[in-house]
Amino acid sequence: MSAQRTSESFTRRVLRQPAAKLGIVLTALVLLLAVLGPLAVPAWTGYGTNSFAGKPFQTGVFGTDNLGRDVLSRFLAGGWRLLLYSALATVVGVGLGAVLGMLAALRGGWLDSVIMRCGDVLLAIPQLVFALLAVTVLGPQGWVLVLVIGVTHAPRVARVIRAATAGVVAEDYVLASQMYGVPQWKILGRDVVPNIMGPLMVEVGLRLTYSIGAVASLSFLGLGMQPPTPDWGLMINENRIALSLQPWGVILPVIAIAVLTVGTNLIADAVAGASAGRVRTTGKGTR
Amino acid sequence: MRRSEQRARAAARANASGANAPRNAPKATGRGSDRATAGRRADDRGGVVPRAVVPRASVDTAITVSHLSVGVAGGELILDDVSFRLHPGRILALVGESGSGKTTAALACMNHLRAGLELRRGTVELHAGASRFHPEAVDLLTLTERGTRGLRGGTIAYVPQDPALSLNGSLRVGEQIAEVLRAHEFGRDARERDARVAEVLTEVGLPSDRAYQRRFPHELSGGQQQRIGIAMAFACRPAVIILDEPTTGLDVATQDLVLKTVYELTTKHDVAGLYITHDLAVVAQVADDVAVMLRGTIVERGAAWDVLHHPEHPYTRTLLDAVPDMAGAREMGGGPAVAPVHSVRAPWDDGRGGDDDAGPSRSRDASTPRGGEAARGRGSGVVVEPRAGTEAGGSDPSRDASEVPAASGPGTAGGDRASVEPVVAVRELWMAYGPAVILDGISMDLPAGRTTMLLGESGSGKTTLSRSVAGLNDRYTGQVLLDGHVLAPGTRQRTREQRQRIQYVFQSPFSSLNPRRSIGDSLQVPLEMNGELSRAQRRAAVADALDAVRLGRSYIDRRPGDLSGGERQRAAVARALVNAPSLLVCDEITSALDVSVQASVIELLRELQRERGLAMLFVTHNIALARHISHRLAVLEHGKLVEYGPTDTVLRDPRHEYTRSLLEHVPTLESAG
Repeated sequence: MSAQRTSESFTRRVLRQPAAKLGIVLTALVLLLAVLGPLAVPAWTGYGTNSFAGKPFQTGVFGTDNLGRDVLSRFLAGGWRLLLYSALATVVGVGLGAVLGMLAALRGGWLDSVIMRCGDVLLAIPQLVFALLAVTVLGPQGWVLVLVIGVTHAPRVARVIRAATAGVVAEDYVLASQMYGVPQWKILGRDVVPNIMGPLMVEVGLRLTYSIGAVASLSFLGLGMQPPTPDWGLMINENRIALSLQPWGVILPVIAIAVLTVGTNLIADAVAGASAGRVRTTGKGTR
Repeated sequence: MRRSEQRARAAARANASGANAPRNAPKATGRGSDRATAGRRADDRGGVVPRAVVPRASVDTAITVSHLSVGVAGGELILDDVSFRLHPGRILALVGESGSGKTTAALACMNHLRAGLELRRGTVELHAGASRFHPEAVDLLTLTERGTRGLRGGTIAYVPQDPALSLNGSLRVGEQIAEVLRAHEFGRDARERDARVAEVLTEVGLPSDRAYQRRFPHELSGGQQQRIGIAMAFACRPAVIILDEPTTGLDVATQDLVLKTVYELTTKHDVAGLYITHDLAVVAQVADDVAVMLRGTIVERGAAWDVLHHPEHPYTRTLLDAVPDMAGAREMGGGPAVAPVHSVRAPWDDGRGGDDDAGPSRSRDASTPRGGEAARGRGSGVVVEPRAGTEAGGSDPSRDASEVPAASGPGTAGGDRASVEPVVAVRELWMAYGPAVILDGISMDLPAGRTTMLLGESGSGKTTLSRSVAGLNDRYTGQVLLDGHVLAPGTRQRTREQRQRIQYVFQSPFSSLNPRRSIGDSLQVPLEMNGELSRAQRRAAVADALDAVRLGRSYIDRRPGDLSGGERQRAAVARALVNAPSLLVCDEITSALDVSVQASVIELLRELQRERGLAMLFVTHNIALARHISHRLAVLEHGKLVEYGPTDTVLRDPRHEYTRSLLEHVPTLESAG
């Protein structure tokens, strides 16, 4: 199909940028670690026998933490939750935001005002504060985390998507579809969504980066995963007390999270660049 | 003072008054410029005499471009061995279509290559003495960025295509001109510069008072904005001026004014002009010499009159044929090049009494039956609605001829209703945005097999009217009738059959097709919404429609991005035809296209009309197209129908002042000097 051809050439445009290659390598590295890690846990991840805050290579490769748990094991086992939750939060956030944004732009009028003003109210509250509040009230469960982070993303995504949609809706081909009596949902699916894929992809990458940070932060603050679950955010919090004795318990998850966010951010940037380039080549006024 | 100069000054004054009341501009100006040309010719023959005001005119040539080759970095050539000379006081028109390299060549004269282009070969020599900044000859292409900057604006000035985009919206226009002067350290002090700003404003025919200088660009009309752009270019008394299609997007009266301004200033101040355009009618009006570009090479060059009247290269002939002319004696596009002849008779008024067939295709007429019969013959086919077929066939030519005098004036618009039942009729259409009345009681008939041309300046309400007919605008009062039945205002309220019978083609082919869908997918939408055909049948119908618009079915899986503007517009027309409509509403569908592409689209519409007995409403601001496509002409001004009747009647005897002014200012090849 011809649709594949465009997505292919778009992918090629993204991949032509060195930053994208680096981003993909970094992200893939952490992804592999988090997915394959739990299968390769070398030792028991619970409480150790006697080696509290053990030195590297004395008890395990990276030593044990202040509760005597093997750092490497917990590091390998604790990544997938962070990734899963932030991915889900991104899907919720971008999905919700994109639908609301497109609706606001397509319908306009009072619906536009209601959606965007509600978004403004949410935007007025700092993302983390809002999440803290919600988790405190609803309890530190996985679905709460996903939902809360997703909802705080939504108004930000909605703004971008509304602007992009407004540009597409002004084009004559949308008017033509309306003239031929094409139902609204089909107009959205055929005329709008394919033409805002660029900004949408950028939002996905960007929101994924923010979600990783948010999930890790909440875990660090004790409002995400609960001990004794092995989790990168939680590990940083638990091990910072014994930072001078056993730094690896903090350093490993910090590096992993940093590499992941940098990686996803690089990809998002590359996608943004490629989509901007595409806009330039297919834009109007070719003369 | 020399006589020619006096004339120029007088004309400039006339321009100044004409700025406020362009409609009062005397018709004689065309002939006046001819005289001026003749005068100038005499000057040239007598050798170039240095003028007191502008000493640099002592040189014969300002810029010589030789063997210029420019290519895409690591790719194909954009310019291939292009050479031309610019002479002081003369304008060279660089003519070509989109992508021919004319803009690239012109920008190279300012030592500017667009990103991604590289210079392969050639020199652009600014001759010794041509500029007061460069007493010695210099190859512009070897200059540093800094050296080039000093040159641009002061020695070589540029007037861009779109004045609205090129003026700073937050700077007052007087300040904007003064800025150029300051940048090039023109004059000794601020007072001298202020005086120059006032002077140059007068030169371009604008008011020079303080109040005017304190206006912002958005407070000026498009034509005034463009003249501000020209004033900025002429402010520093440059030696060379490059004009990049400066009249695109201006209406004919304003274009006329701008062209005269350009012509006068270059002549009067001995500036060498390079005028980029694709419109040969404009060339005829403004240029002394012409160079025709095709795919990066100059294929023909010479004095404007010679090239326009005795073109040698086939491409030049094609371009000339594509120019719509008021006489309408030639077939646009294709066909042998016939010397344009003024004829009063309308092309379809060829003595056979019928106005079914637009006459310019006489050769075809001789061999095929008349349009009405052709439509009837095809009526049994799939494409033509039986009703439309009989209607086209039923319109007896002799009756049509007799109806012509009945419907000659605006008042008798409905006079022919008795003889030919219109497919679509508009009755007392009225619409307003708040206090602004957009449409003011418009009534017209659109019979089968006829084209009604809706003419008017931007803002006259012509697009609103066409959209009301098509159902894209539902806020009007009054009635649109299809076969005598009142239509609901919006398309969504209309029945499927009503929607199908009136089809609309959008102005810009760059916007009307979804870039992410294949042509086939976009074109099958009307059929899909009809819900009668299977997927395979729809595809077959789309392929037929693509054949009908002479694109060919191979385009079905291509995307709009792979197509040129003309191809896209054909695809858009195909989308409108796929449903076999009775009325085709075309909203300025050729305004975004090159002249020769425009000609082919017009030709296509005429053939389709002949084949299918289509009624057409053709919206345009280009009156020169009237003879080529329309049977009836309706002129709109401020929402009112000021002129409505058979095309040749209106053109021969325009009743309204506005129509007359439109007719006067149309650039034609005949004004070549």
